This record gives sequence, C-alpha cells and structure tokens, in this order.
Amino acid sequence: MTEQVHLEISDEIAIQIQNMNKWFGSFHVLRDIDLTVNRGERIVVCGPSGSGKSTLIRCINALEEHQKGQIIVDGIELTSDLKNIDKIRSEVGMCFQHFNLFPHLSILENCTLAPIWVRNTPKKEAEEVAMHFLEKVKIPEQADKYPGQLSGGQQQRVAIARSLCMKPRIMLFDEPTSALDPEMIKEVLDTMIELAEEGMTMICVTHEMGFARQVANRVIFMDQGQIVEQNAPEPFFNDPQNPRTQLFLSQILGH
Amino acid sequence: MTHKTASFVRNELIPESPPPVSETGAVKWMRENLFSSPLNIIMTIASLWAVYTLFNSVAPWFLNGVWSGNSVRDCYEILDGATGACFAVLKERWPQLIYGFKYPPSEFWRPNFAAVLLCVAIAPVLFSTVSKKLFLFTVVYPFLAFWLIWGGTILGPIVAFAGCAVAVLASRRLESYGFALAALCGFVCALVCWIFGGYLVDIGKDFLVLPSVPSRDMGGFMLNLILGTVCVSLSIPLGIMLALGRQSDMPIIKWICVCFIEFIRGVPLITLLFVANVVLAYFFPPDTNIDLILRVIIMITLFSAAYIAEVIRGGLAALPSGQFEAANSLGLNYAQAMRLIILPQALKVSIPGIVNVAVGLFKDTTLVSIISMFDLVGMIRGPILSSTAWNGVYWELFAFAALLFFVVCYGISQYSQWLERQLETDHR
Ligand SMILES: Nc1ncnc2c1ncn2[C@@H]1O[C@H](COP(=O)(O)OP(=O)(O)O)[C@@H](O)[C@H]1O
Ligand SMILES: [Mg+2]
Repeated sequence: MTEQVHLEISDEIAIQIQNMNKWFGSFHVLRDIDLTVNRGERIVVCGPSGSGKSTLIRCINALEEHQKGQIIVDGIELTSDLKNIDKIRSEVGMCFQHFNLFPHLSILENCTLAPIWVRNTPKKEAEEVAMHFLEKVKIPEQADKYPGQLSGGQQQRVAIARSLCMKPRIMLFDEPTSALDPEMIKEVLDTMIELAEEGMTMICVTHEMGFARQVANRVIFMDQGQIVEQNAPEPFFNDPQNPRTQLFLSQILGH
Repeated sequence: MTHKTASFVRNELIPESPPPVSETGAVKWMRENLFSSPLNIIMTIASLWAVYTLFNSVAPWFLNGVWSGNSVRDCYEILDGATGACFAVLKERWPQLIYGFKYPPSEFWRPNFAAVLLCVAIAPVLFSTVSKKLFLFTVVYPFLAFWLIWGGTILGPIVAFAGCAVAVLASRRLESYGFALAALCGFVCALVCWIFGGYLVDIGKDFLVLPSVPSRDMGGFMLNLILGTVCVSLSIPLGIMLALGRQSDMPIIKWICVCFIEFIRGVPLITLLFVANVVLAYFFPPDTNIDLILRVIIMITLFSAAYIAEVIRGGLAALPSGQFEAANSLGLNYAQAMRLIILPQALKVSIPGIVNVAVGLFKDTTLVSIISMFDLVGMIRGPILSSTAWNGVYWELFAFAALLFFVVCYGISQYSQWLERQLETDHR
C-alpha cells in the first residue's frame, strides 16, 4: 500500500455541526449529529446504506434543510437565509455518485459556467482556470467533448474539476466511485488523493477502505442516522469498539 | 469421451475487416422492401395503381389550369369542356387572399417589408450561428412590425418599447430580492411609463406617421401569419412560466397554474374565441375598446400556453433531479439554474411536443373565420366564393390555402428536426 498522507491540520474550524437533527416528514433521518471539522482535515464517512450519510453531507451545503441544531460552515451559520446559502454553496464543492455533469454543455463549459455566472469571472479567465484544473485531473484533451462521450471515470474527474473551478475551501464527496467500473475507480481516487495532499478539507462518503486508510485522518461510522464511532483510521479498522462497527467492517472487509 | 481443454494464447490481434460484400443498391432494396412476400407484392401493385389513378385525375386538372380571366365563366370558355382548374381566381384575387379585402393596396409594401424583417429578426432565435448582436433587432422587431402593419405615429410603439425596457431593467435590479417582487416592480414601472407615455403620444400625434390601418381591415394569409407568429412567440414563454409555476413550492402559485391549465385544456378553442369576440368586452371597463385582434391573440395564446406548459412539464419531469442539485451545489441561484441548466435540457426534450402545439396553433388561426374575421379561409368562404365572378371555385382556392399552410407547417417541422439533431450532444 502507498504511504499514508500526513499533513498539518490547522486549529481553524471549517465546519461545526452541533446537535443537528433532520426529519423527512416524520422519519428521523439524522439524530443529534455533533461534528467539528478543522481546516485541512480529511474525513471519511462510512456506514450501511440508508444510514443517512448522503443526507448528512447534503445538509452541509444546504441541499437538504435541517430542522434542529446548528451548522456553521466557514463561520457562516446555515439558516434559511438565501444569501448565506448561496455564499456557502460557492465555498463548498460537491461531487455526486452519478457525476451530474450538464450533458448539454461541453466539458469546458461545464467547468466555466459557475465561475462566470456566480463569481462574475471574465470568460477568458474562467477558461484558463478550467483548463488548469482539467490538466490537473489529467483530461485537458477532452475539453471540447460532451459528457456523454466520456467514460465514467473521466466524467467523475471532470465533476471534480468543475467543483475546483469555484476554488472551494471544502470538498464534499458522496460515494464518488460507487457508480464506476473497477478499472476506473483508481483514476478517480488518485485525483482525490492528490487533492488531499494539497491540504483540501474533505468529507468523503466512501466504502473504499484502502483510500480511507491512506488519506483519512478520521473515519466516521454512521448507523441509523447517528454517528456511532469515529477514530483515526488505524485504530478504527484494527480495533473497532462498537459491535455495529465490527459487524459492518467484517461485512465489507470480509471478502 | 473426455473433454480436453486446450490451452490457447493469441499472439496477434485479428485486424478489422470490411463486412462481407453482398448485393447492394436499388435492386436489393426493391426486393427486400417491395417484393419480399406475395402479400407485399399485392400491396405494392395496389399502391402503384392507386398512385397512378390519383395522378391521372389530378394531372390534367392541374396542367390544363387556366391562369387568366376575370371570372369563372372566362375559365369555362377557355377550357371549352375539358377538365382543368381555374387558377385565374388566385391571380385575380391574390391581394385579397394575402392581405384581406380592406387593406389599402398602396400600403402593401408595409406588411411585405415587415415579413422580410421578420426573417431577419427570427434568424438569431432559430440559428445559433447567426451573430448574437442581431438579438437587439429581434427585441425591437415586434414594435417596429406593429408600426409598419398598423401604422399611426411611431411614438406609440416607442412608448410601448420603453415601458417594457424599463420593466426589464427594474426587475433585473431587484432580482436578488426575490423573483416575485422583481416581477411586480417591473410591472408597476412599465405601467407608469405607459401612462406618461400615453400623454406623450397624444401630444405628438403627427410624428413620423404612417397611414393607420385599423385591425378590422387586416385579413388574408397575413392575418394568419400575424396571429401565428405572435401567439407562438407569446405562448412559449407563458407556457414555460406555467410549467414552472405548476412545480412551485408556493401553494397559491401552484394552484393558480394548475387550475388555469386544467380549465383551458377542458374548453374548446372555438368557445374561447367566441368569448373573445363577445363576452370579453364585458370584463373590461365600458369605454375601453379592446381591439378584436388583440382579444383573439390573448385567447389563442392562453389556449396554446396551457398545452405547451404540459409539454414542458413532461420535459422537466424527464430530467434527473441531480441536475438541479449540481447546479445548486455550484452556487447557481434558482433563476440561473433554470435558465442555464434545467430549461435548455427540458426544452430540448420538449421540442417535438412544442412544435406539435405550434403547428396546431398556426392551423387553428383559421378558426377566427368563424367569428367573422377575414383570414385566408374567411376570405375564401366569404367575399371570394360568394362573389358572382368566382362562385363555385372551391378546389382551387382551398388547395391554395392548404398549400400555403402546408409550406409553413412543413417548414416548421423540418426546422425542428434539424434543431433536434443539432442539439444532440448527450450521445445516449
Ligand atoms: N428526499 C427524501 N425523502 C424521504 N426520505 C428520504 C429522502 N432522501 C433520503 N431519504 C431516506 O433517508 C434515509 C437516509 O438516506 P441517505 O442519506 O441517502 O442514506 P445513505 O446515503 O447513507 O445510503 C434513507 O432511509 C432514505 O430512504
Ligand atoms: Mg448515499
């Protein structure tokens, strides 16, 4: 296995979630979530399907509204105030399981759209930035193609580049590799590792345990809408405390 | 018998090769498509026979057609018993068929000019390769065309344009405070502008005047084209708004849109046109005399907007929710997400449906002949066929009407198919 990423983590708080609760109708999806993420931290969230991982990270950029408790991102509290929400969303990048690229726009346009319309960046400058990040994810030659012409792995890397073009300070990943063929997973993970090495604050929902060991400085296990266990990767994988964590790990590492 | 698995390693990849050469070309196509089975052979022969008879009866009629003469009797004289069409009516009544029977002939250049300018104005809408600067002209065109066709002082259209411009500017400014507020303020600004502009128009009655032609003098195919173009271009944006409103989180807006759409879809257009003709007058203050064409435009627009809204709703439903989430997560606000991400895709999916409605709408403009407006069909049924000179020349006239409508509708349909291919970027 490759060497683990070691980086300084600052004392500055990037995300603070206090006593947060969320319901879908009467269904209590997230219960008393407390989580503090410092700048530069790389957190991996895992847990069984339906445990609320996606909902949790979607609350962080207000794609879902929480009903109780507090979420403070970059010093801005998430309320229903649209101004705050827009501000936070442009600071927080997000990658989805199904990439969600815009199929009617070329790769380059996908990347320049938000900087041009949200940040009012001049088109030329936005294109330069976009090319820079496309080079970083190693697909500059695809810039003029459309998402439908790319492989899944390439699409996910474009999605990462698209988020990076907004120069976010925090990146959220929701199972970025689980819709990919095995041979493409690595190229996406490599991109994410590179990002981690540059000190990006990341929260990543994934079941790629190799990635978690290599990159994460903290692994969080969720079950039934609660944070059940969190620890540094070594002790988390080698010596899980909660029986549900043990069961989950034995299931996904067992074969 | 024991089965032995031979180990096998391929050292060279098999190169690509062309498909086997088989018979190609016309003969093969005919054998496969026309004469593949006894039933198919019978059908082919029957169809050929049908085509032949049709051609046999129409061709002499068409080819013997008489193009000169001042009445149907002249045609009979020239034909002298032979079959043949009396196309002379088209020639003699050409201005009436195209412009209606009251539009002053000295002013025909005005609608003609407006039609030419229309081509310029819609070019940037239809073709993305045309310079974007031309959109400026597209924006000005409706007001210019109104002035050209209806005449009067140019101040009227200018004031109308100014009102719209002010409304747009005002709502742009306020967009960040919420969509509804911006729209309301824009509307108020426009109203103020129009009221003051009204006085200005009264003062400057004689500024750059074209002889004015009242709405009741419009007619012929020109009227169909005016109604068609105006109603299509108004009902698409209205339909989009209705479709979005129907999905709104705000219950009041949602219910207004749902009720409106369901009501309009449940009522025949002809009823709405009668309403426009007779009843609508009661809803306005007694001294306002709302123009009949305007009333008809409102009704046809509302009618087709409801249908277009449903078509677009289908398009919106076909989009994965991830698109909206991705747009949101990048920091785009509602209006931007709609305009840049959601609508381009939803509209693309909806093109066939929208074109369907647009073509239907254009043909439905002939229904105004029933409320005694003299559009192309109204002209034919009324003044032309009932004149002593051209009594009974049905085929030629209605074939001509059909041809005009066919050309336009087929053009629209071809354009939409081209556009769909053009927008084909998702390679699914
Ligand atoms: N929009 C929604 N409305 C109602 N229930 C939802 C919605 N989204 C997710 N859920 C439910 O919330 C629970 C948590 O979902 P999710 O956060 O997607 O889980 P995970 O990502 O861990 O698999 C699931 O039981 C799911 O059915
Ligand atoms: Mg999930």
